[in-house]
This record gives sequence, structure tokens and C-alpha cells, in this order.
Amino acid sequence: MTAGDPGVAGDQPQAADPEVSAAIADAHRREWAFVLAATARVARDIDVAEECVQDAYVAALDAWSRQGVPRNPGAWLTTAARRRALDVQRRDRTLRSKLPLLIEPGSPPVTQAGPAGEPSAAGLAAGEGDVIPDDRLRLVFTCCHPALAREAQVALTLRLVCGLATAEIARAFLVSEPTMAARVTRAKKKISAARIPYRVPGPAELPDRLDAVLTVIHLLYTTGHTAPTGPELVRAELVDRAIGLARMLCELMPDEREARGLLALLLLTDARRATRTGADGRLLLLEEQDRSRWDRTAIAEGTALVTDGLRGRPGPPGRFLLQAAIAGVHAEAPSYAGTDWPQLLLLYDELVSAWPTPVVALNRAVVHAMTDGPEAGLADIEAIEREGRLSGYRYLPAARADLLRRLGRHEDAAEAYQAALGLTENAAERAFLAGRLAEVRSGAGAPE
Amino acid sequence: MSQYLILIYERESGYAEGGPEVWEAVGKAHGRFAEQVGEKGGQMLGGNALQPTQTATTIRDDIVTDGPFTETKEALGGYYLIEASDLDQALEIAKLCPAPFGGVEVRPIMDMSGSAG
Repeated sequence: MTAGDPGVAGDQPQAADPEVSAAIADAHRREWAFVLAATARVARDIDVAEECVQDAYVAALDAWSRQGVPRNPGAWLTTAARRRALDVQRRDRTLRSKLPLLIEPGSPPVTQAGPAGEPSAAGLAAGEGDVIPDDRLRLVFTCCHPALAREAQVALTLRLVCGLATAEIARAFLVSEPTMAARVTRAKKKISAARIPYRVPGPAELPDRLDAVLTVIHLLYTTGHTAPTGPELVRAELVDRAIGLARMLCELMPDEREARGLLALLLLTDARRATRTGADGRLLLLEEQDRSRWDRTAIAEGTALVTDGLRGRPGPPGRFLLQAAIAGVHAEAPSYAGTDWPQLLLLYDELVSAWPTPVVALNRAVVHAMTDGPEAGLADIEAIEREGRLSGYRYLPAARADLLRRLGRHEDAAEAYQAALGLTENAAERAFLAGRLAEVRSGAGAPE
Repeated sequence: MSQYLILIYERESGYAEGGPEVWEAVGKAHGRFAEQVGEKGGQMLGGNALQPTQTATTIRDDIVTDGPFTETKEALGGYYLIEASDLDQALEIAKLCPAPFGGVEVRPIMDMSGSAG
């Protein structure tokens, strides 16, 4: 064995060098998806591939301690994991009776994309001389296949693409570890039993399939961002993972502007993370947030992505890019009053046609009230109410109450605040609504 | 290649109320579907329409009773057995299967060939 050869682990495990541990943690975060995706192709079984990749990380701890961290840790790990997978295949004849992972060779080859030119692990495999194909997209699209339930898609993405342990995923979604383990096992079983192919969908299916992937990543983000309970750390981890996944997708699919839109949306929303709650833990409205504490670097990156996405492409922009553009207008406004409301209204009009949901219509109504006065917004909200699709949605009476308050219609406002209170369990929101209710009851809420 | 069963679940009342015109139109659609399976790269291995659930008889613990196994609003009314390269192709084919009064369920056939040896 030569130095740097990712072969069998040495026989003398040594005390972990902090530098090596850090390199491994970094490689776990950056390279897990690449290594697993490449190994799955050889192992032809997801469970076997996962085991081989885990073994490779364990072997790395020992080998890197003795020989130093290799120049390209991802390639080292991939080579080690793929060798193990080949060994297992040679040894384990029982695999023949199992259903192998369905690798479709016809998928569009995706090799080392990315405008940033960040080489990741996609370079030459150490000592093998062949280029390891970048199969991360296959892995992502398989995890988010529409034949799997949304919660299974989410769990599989965290497990297989991010390499999170089942216990960590269970904590993030507030379910027990056995429940989450069963969910992951069921999903993997379906992939092999129903023959879900390990491939990137063709052009005809791509828009729908990509939307499912983006929805899963967005769901990861919002779970981390708004989780009502749960340990702080887990939530931050989910947010970071979601942004990392969105970044990876942009790198691998540089021509998909909805992928850019999602990354921009997450960056622009997350730029306000530090100012979302007050010192007392109370949820702060956009109006009340300290704009000087917003993350200007994230905002600059997000708005650049939006500008680039909106420019000169054929076809109308999709829902993620439009939501990002809306978040960008808020992020760049000097103050709440100084927000470019007419621009927001235009963007909401586009969003309503790209994604005609009553929730979007409600948000548009709130913006309409800012451009054309509370009566205009109120008329929109009443139209949405007549449709009846949002009954039980607590932000509807809350938005209505706010407009009535601003019109000085205190009795009607009080009634709407009552209705909103009856629809929410969230303590922070209840406190806010109760405060406003007391205000209009005393008639203190002067018309604006 | 793998085999999939396409199960057609529909409200039986749709046909009862629709009369012969509906029956004929849906029949024609099924004829077209049989051709489309090959066009999509799959293979039709078989299929049948079933008599309505009122003709069903159930046996449970040796006790024979009148009626289907479970009463549901949408009942199994027919099936196709197809061969496809993977689930994506099977779903693409199943999307074309006529089921105007309900929908279809796609189930992979269990492959027993490998487990014995």
C-alpha cells in the first residue's frame, strides 16, 4: 500500500488528530452526497452503498491520521467506498436474489457542472485514472420521486443526500427514532420493490420533478426556520442543510432558474434570521425589525441571483424566483414605509398567475392595501372569503382585522381579531392578537 | 423489465347511470389504451374487466358471504398486467389507462425468481 491509498484501514487505530477530525467532518458535510451517489452506482443497493460509505469515513480517520489528509478528500473517500462496494458484491452472493438498484444508463450525463468551478470530488479518482461521474442529481431525484410520500422524500433526502443520522432527522421532525427509522426503511424498500429508477428525469418530466425537489428543500428550510418547538441547534442545522442543498442544485443545474430562485429565496429570508424575534422571544413583524442587523452579504448574493434569473430568459419566471424577487424588494427597502409597494404589487400579480393559491392572493391583498389603501385590500380579502377555500386559515381574519383597524372600524376589527385568536395555538401569535384586540376595544387604534 | 398490475378503481354507479353510450365510449378508450402500451415501450401481458361488486362472494375463515371483501365507494372494476422497464415507464403508461369514474393503482409484481436460489 502506498501513501494516500484508500485501501483497507490500518490495524493500529490512533487517537484522533483534531485536524484530521475536522477534515473528516468537513468532508462529511461537503462530499457525502457525491461519495454515496457514486458508490450506489457500483453497489447497486442503497443500504450496501450507505454501509460502504460509512466504512470509508471510518477508514479515513485512521488512514489520514497516519498519512496526512489527502489533496482531494472526496476522491479518496469515493475510491475507498467504491472498492468496498465491489468487494461486498464479489463476496455477497445473496445480493443476486435481491432487487438491484435500477441504474438507467440513458440519463443525461452530469459531470462537474457549476459556474464557480469548485471541483468538489468530481475530479480524477485517486490511482484509478477514470473520471467518477457526478451522480448527485440521480440521488436527489430518486429521493424526491413522486411515488414516495412527501415526508418520506424529506427523510430520505436528509439521510441519503445530507448523510444525517436517523436520530438527528427524528429530532428535527419531532418524531421518535424508531418511527423515523421505519419511515426511511419503507421508502428504501419501495425504491427497490417498485423499481424506482436511479436517474435524472427526462426533459418532459423535468419541470414537475424539479418542482418536487425544490419543494422538499423549501420544506426543510421552513421546518428549521419556524419550528414551534425543538432544540435550537437542530433547527439551525436544518436551515443550513437546506441552503447547502439549494446551492448544490444551482451548481448542478446552472440553467434551471427556479433552482436559483429557491437559493435566492432562502438567502433573502435567512438574512433576517437574527431579527425575527425580540429580546423577550416575541415574534417581530417586518415593520419592527432592526434592518441594520440584516445580513447584507446574503442579501447581495440573493438579489444578484434574482436579477440574473429575471433577465433575458424565455418564458415567465416560476414561483420560487418570484417569491425571491418579493423577498428581495423587502430586503433592499430602507424602511417599512419606504418599501417599493407598487413594485411588490406587480410581482404579486405575476405570482398569482404562476401559482394561483388563495394564500398568495391573500398576501397580494395586503400589498394592495399598501398601494391603494385599506379599502382596496379589504375588498380583495372579502372576495377570497367568498371563495371559501381559506376558511380556517388564521392569517385571513388577522389580515382583515388589521385593515379594519386601520380604517377605524373598531367593532368589526375586534370581531375579526377574535376569529383569528380562535384559530391559533401559537403563544407568540396569540399574545400579539390579544394586544391588538385590547387596543381596538379601547378605541385607541386611531385610523391611519 | 418488471411487471406491474394496473388496478382500475371506479364508482360503479358511473356506468349504471351513464348507460350504453358511456359503456361504449369507455370501451373504445380501453381499445386505444391497449395499443398505447406498446407505443410507450411497454408490453401488455393481459387484463380483464370484472363484473360489478354485487356479483362478488367473499370467503373468510371458510364462511361464505355475499358481497365484496370490503365495501368501498370506488371498487375494483378491472385490471391490466403490463411489463415496463421501471416505475417511471409504468406510471407513464398507467396515466393513459381510462378510469373516468375513479382512478388507477399501480402495483409492482413480486419477483419470486431470485429468492429460491
